Amino acid sequence: MKGLSAPSEQLKIVIVGHVDHGKSTFVGRLFNDTGSLPDGKLDQLKKIAETRGVPFEWANLMDGLQAERDQNITIDTAQIWFSTKKRQYVIIDAPGHKEFLKNMVTGAANAEAALLLIDANEGIQENSRRHGYLLNLLGIRQIAVLVNKMDLVNYSQERFDEIEKEYREFLTTVGVTPKVFIPISAYHGQNIATKSDKMPWWNGSTVVDILDQFEVTDRPLNQPLRFPIQDVYRFDERRILAGRVEAGSIKVGDKLLFAPSNKVSTVKTIERWSAPQSDSAQAGESIGITLTEQIFVERGAVAALETAPPYELTKFKARLFWLGRAPFKKGRPYKLKLGTQEVECHIDDIEKIIDASTLETIHREGKELAIGRHEVAELTLRTKRPVAFDAHSEIIPTGRFVIVDGFDVSGGGIIAADNYPRRTSDSLHKSGNIFWSDGKVTPQQRAVRNGHSGYVVWLTGLSGSGKSTISVDLERELFNLGKHTYILDGDNIRHGLNKDLGFSPEDRKENIRRIGEVAKLVADAGAICITAFISPYREDRELVRQLVPAGQFIEVFVNAPLEVCEQRDPKGLYSKARAGEIKEFTGISAPYEAPEKAELEVRTDELTVQECVAKIVEYLDLRDSDSQVSI
Amino acid sequence: MDYLSKLENQSIYIMREAFNKFENLAMLWSIGKDSTVLLWLARKAFLGHVPFPLVHVDTSYKIPSMIEYRDKLVKDWNLQLVVGQNKEVLDEGRTYPNGKATRVECCGMLKKDGLKAVLDKHNYTGVIVGVRRDEDPTRAKERYFSPRDKNMEWNVADQPPELWDQFKTDYEKGTHIRIHPLLHWTELNVWEYIERENITVSPLYYANEKGERYRSLGCYPCTFPVKSNASNVAEIIQELRTTKISERSGRAQDKESEDAFEKLRRDGYM
Repeated sequence: MKGLSAPSEQLKIVIVGHVDHGKSTFVGRLFNDTGSLPDGKLDQLKKIAETRGVPFEWANLMDGLQAERDQNITIDTAQIWFSTKKRQYVIIDAPGHKEFLKNMVTGAANAEAALLLIDANEGIQENSRRHGYLLNLLGIRQIAVLVNKMDLVNYSQERFDEIEKEYREFLTTVGVTPKVFIPISAYHGQNIATKSDKMPWWNGSTVVDILDQFEVTDRPLNQPLRFPIQDVYRFDERRILAGRVEAGSIKVGDKLLFAPSNKVSTVKTIERWSAPQSDSAQAGESIGITLTEQIFVERGAVAALETAPPYELTKFKARLFWLGRAPFKKGRPYKLKLGTQEVECHIDDIEKIIDASTLETIHREGKELAIGRHEVAELTLRTKRPVAFDAHSEIIPTGRFVIVDGFDVSGGGIIAADNYPRRTSDSLHKSGNIFWSDGKVTPQQRAVRNGHSGYVVWLTGLSGSGKSTISVDLERELFNLGKHTYILDGDNIRHGLNKDLGFSPEDRKENIRRIGEVAKLVADAGAICITAFISPYREDRELVRQLVPAGQFIEVFVNAPLEVCEQRDPKGLYSKARAGEIKEFTGISAPYEAPEKAELEVRTDELTVQECVAKIVEYLDLRDSDSQVSI
Repeated sequence: MDYLSKLENQSIYIMREAFNKFENLAMLWSIGKDSTVLLWLARKAFLGHVPFPLVHVDTSYKIPSMIEYRDKLVKDWNLQLVVGQNKEVLDEGRTYPNGKATRVECCGMLKKDGLKAVLDKHNYTGVIVGVRRDEDPTRAKERYFSPRDKNMEWNVADQPPELWDQFKTDYEKGTHIRIHPLLHWTELNVWEYIERENITVSPLYYANEKGERYRSLGCYPCTFPVKSNASNVAEIIQELRTTKISERSGRAQDKESEDAFEKLRRDGYM
């Protein structure tokens, strides 16, 4: 009943069980017996039944669709609210028909506790078991079993005991410990809100008593921080990383490690709008943060404290349930969504396929190897890029994922604990290349496959300005982000392709032209080609720009004043040039024509290498989102 | 965390997902309390900004003070407003009560068809709508991210699974997704939040000197006030904690037949 004071908390409870075991009837009765029905609702339902010439059903309260009332069956999950003195409840009615399992999962995944109904007359059925199994996979630990329709078995204690014994045994094997079993008759309102007068042998609680004994589950605060980045906002000059704290807490001054790229920065501010000022945020809060040091971070990164990072791997073990119409097949790519990460994945190995209604192992061989609709499996998944994750038993939000087949979420899974290595090593980056293309492949198709377009990133600047240093760090960074990238190195080119060329003005020009041609091919193949050559002449650079399709040539002016470059002099070339040992040295005895319309300039005397790299990566990222190929 | 904050944080998460996933996103704004709370939550999500246009499907039958309130908010909060209207049926005089249309048919033409025209014109692929599960049994069945086909129809018999905050963000060309960030709120929650955040809503919700107030705002030929003396937010909250009258009781179009509202919604109504 609605009290006058505000209830302090809200609990979400799902009602599950086999079809026709009385779930919707139970909900209707619960509402009636707790005085929660709106005025006139009961009369309206009775009138509808009369007009339609069918007997009155409590279930009609929840079955809001015409098709549901016509067939007397719940098709989709629904939610309805009521309050006790203790708190507000959200009651989630889930369908019991196997056909609508995805709707049951939708309802149950949002609940904190479950009431599982079993028909005393029919006993334990297929979906009584399957739902029990799924509740555990969905992470619901608070469960009460209601043995319903006791009126049909003459309120027999013996029958109740029999069902309790059998079902308890089943639940134990799947790792579920129910809080209590209660004998009820939903239709007759026995043991719902008041103690049954038909079952004097029952000394336990009513359903309403038990509801109030369940606990609201808050996200645990004492776990390691997990802050998955949902988006990056640039509404003004600041870059705000938006997301929800999924585990632990975060505060200004925390040094964060961003997985899976392994970059580090410190929390400068915590951003909220129209909310009390606070320098920290806890699990469950949707916030924004800014960083003291600008690094390139995008959606999908997971911020953690350096001391307790998530795993970052391309392979993990999982338990999965499949809801898709088409089976989950080995040898085919699918999309995996874990938190805000999205990555292509495929089945590496299936250990076991299980019928969740019998717990029997299903045997399938060779070509047949696939997980069918409503089946459960233990398997190993492999992803195209490293994924930041935790074992489900350790941190729930980063320990579970869904699989998307085409346009549809088709399965869900939880990550099993295992002996995973803590850091990504290069050996784990091997991509099992199971992808093929036949016939004509367009640049757009390559871009969609790779998740980015091909580019030529042309670094130009004085000797010692930092081109090579930036190029290798940039390549590593792009590679870590899962992008295809390659550096064209000056010496390597001169050893092979250009070994017939010397250093005459014609040869220098031809050198740049050939490099340009090769860079163009690499970009056309879909990769991000990085070049690091002084390339002092505007005309030469312009020539290369013309070779490459519009928008794919990114000229980056790596800029540091001559004095700074000369002071750095990493190869001792400036002193040699000053001593006259090298003739026509760019900047000393030969001109350097600075770019007039470079896409980007990085001042290496003002920014760190990491900041320069971040600037270039961000530019590429924006370019990609403009051309809409970004995944 | 208290439950209002939980509701708020969940809504912010959903709106941020929508903003990230849809190139062409808009928010429906009916000027009522729910879409005003939704607008407030958008500003929470985007730190004071509203980075997408608001679409108001104007039936021309809105109570005049609603339009005044709309225009004031657009100015005060610097909002981008897109107004859509089914001029054809209005010009032809086919609408309820003067034309031949029943209440439900009129809703279909002015709101559903009006909405479809705006969506088509601007190619919106994601539309944020402030419906709640507790309003009506068909809305109780909704998803946070709910697909609509090329004809804007809702296939209620085959909805996508939705678990662990992973939403349907992949969709076929020509279809669109309705995003419902307030789905898990109740009418009472909305008012509790209005009180906590001190949000200004249309004065029509407060009881007048005749002892009447609107619980739900719509077109004046089909929307009627309820008897109430609740003249401020606190009194409304007290009233809602004890009332047993349903929120849409003043909305006449719902009552034309048993499944009137379901049919409207299947065809693309909000």
